Amino acid sequence: MARDRGLYLRRRVANGAMHVLALLSALFGLVWLFWILTVLVQKGVPAINWDFFTKLPTPPGTPGGGLANAVAGSLMITLLATLIGVPAGVLAGTYLAEFGRKNALARVARFVSDVLVSAPSIVVGVFVYAVVVMPLHGFSGFAGAVALAIIMVPVVIRTTEEILNLVPDSLREAALALGAPHWKVILSVCYRRALAGMTTGILLAVARVSGETAPLLFTALNSPFWSPSLAKPVATLNVTLFNYAMSPYDDWRNLAWGAALLITLGVLFATILARVVVGRIRI
Amino acid sequence: MNPDTQNPSPPGREAIPEEGGAAAPPAASRAIRLRVPRWLDPVFRTATAAAACLVLLLIAAMGAVLYSKGHLATTTFGLRFLWSQAWDPVKGDFGALPAIFGTVVSSAIALFIATPIALGVAIFLTEMAPPWLSKPVGLAIEMLAAVPSIIYGMWGLFVFAPFLAARVEPALQFIAGGLPLFEGAPMGIGMLPASLILAVMILPFISSVMRDVFALVPAVAKESAYGLGATTWEVVRSVVIPHTRSGVLGAIFLGLGRALGETMAVTFVIGNAHRISPSLLAPGCTIASTLANEFSEAISDLHVASLIQLGFILFLITTFILACAKLLLWRIEAQVKGR
Repeated sequence: MARDRGLYLRRRVANGAMHVLALLSALFGLVWLFWILTVLVQKGVPAINWDFFTKLPTPPGTPGGGLANAVAGSLMITLLATLIGVPAGVLAGTYLAEFGRKNALARVARFVSDVLVSAPSIVVGVFVYAVVVMPLHGFSGFAGAVALAIIMVPVVIRTTEEILNLVPDSLREAALALGAPHWKVILSVCYRRALAGMTTGILLAVARVSGETAPLLFTALNSPFWSPSLAKPVATLNVTLFNYAMSPYDDWRNLAWGAALLITLGVLFATILARVVVGRIRI
Repeated sequence: MNPDTQNPSPPGREAIPEEGGAAAPPAASRAIRLRVPRWLDPVFRTATAAAACLVLLLIAAMGAVLYSKGHLATTTFGLRFLWSQAWDPVKGDFGALPAIFGTVVSSAIALFIATPIALGVAIFLTEMAPPWLSKPVGLAIEMLAAVPSIIYGMWGLFVFAPFLAARVEPALQFIAGGLPLFEGAPMGIGMLPASLILAVMILPFISSVMRDVFALVPAVAKESAYGLGATTWEVVRSVVIPHTRSGVLGAIFLGLGRALGETMAVTFVIGNAHRISPSLLAPGCTIASTLANEFSEAISDLHVASLIQLGFILFLITTFILACAKLLLWRIEAQVKGR
């Protein structure tokens, strides 16, 4: 009897201890998020003002100035990357979900895109340096966009496939039975039904590349001026943030905190928006 | 193959423009929809298949290009490149060992810290917390993964490093005494800070995969255990984890793959010194941080080739680890579906 009660107590204690440990682990994660976000807001908010978005950076030591060129450069490069990466990703994802559900090509492509999703982005940067920057003899905004597009493709592929898989086969069969050709079924039935989800996937991919710095370091490089041409080095928020944060000048570091806040808010907002949309989707 | 695509279209098929579908008046739309061109089927299929092939081409091209552009380093140094500790851009003598050592050690420590915590988070989210709590907490943990790498780096350099230097590292030295592991001045920059930040960064990846595989455990199996009087922890230990062993391993491999290639955060806090030090407080470097720091400033062909060769090594290691992760996760999916 006493032994039974001891066993019972031991099991209760072990269970309680594990509950506490699990709770602490979750808190551990939350503490970091809270810490990083508080620091960002504290240091970033004072740096963001009208000049930040409208003025060019000043030489070190001269107060004022902004990162207008970097904001514009980031938007340009991300837009071009989206234009390259999204169509390719959507098409490939369509193949996986609609044509190649079980065949070997689809299986290998699925595997490879899953590997590429987590592949180090700096390696993509080196690859683009070798295939775009070296042959064209110079760093360019275009090379940066290609690098970001390569990172986007696998993300878009996987989300497109997942969303298209949610479209019930009975819908496809109904459309096919009415005599519609397969491409028409995919475009007018599957895509239409999956539109919200696919948009979310694209949004997630854009959010993912907006935070990327490593692949831009030696493709788009950086520039202290306006860069209207994508054939020349283009300033981006991320690379500017890296250079300014590593610099010994206080003005530049302040600007870097502003850029950090801007990037983080943008990425987190897009990610949360995508999550909320995904939660609402009923296919 | 659809027989319709081989046969010539009946007369009148081409008479109505294909694009007219959307703009045509409702009365005509039924007739038009029947006349959508079927020859587009193989075209569309080929286009999507080509896009799928593009992915395969991409990974093959990455391997081939990185190998060939780094070839100069291979011909100059041979296999010595792998275990030489030299890194002298002026003399043109390069070796990969410090970078490989730093990459492996920082990732290993990060994994050692992150794995048990991620397991705790996943257990908390799936087995312990009520839905109203687990949803927002799960979302917040995933936000940790969405915070860009460079932000971790900046925060690490300006906030976390001074904190470590002032509080944690002196305490470690006090506790560990004269161990070579914690020798040197506490600067907050070095192998240990890089590993700690890496651990926080890979935590959400590991825990979200673990959470997903835990959700694959059939409710019946868990309920039977509860019915026998098992506590929550006993259910986790004896039902959930044994059930999902390969998935848990896959999650750990995924975290490892992420940690090995993590660039910006590490570049900020590891100190970027090309040497191997037994002390975790001393600065070091990883493959990724070396690339980030030196690539755009490398001038000599040999320096560039050596860096690309480093990139190739990183590509090989991470691809291998991530492929293992994926295979393990596929195995558990197949197990669940096969049931």
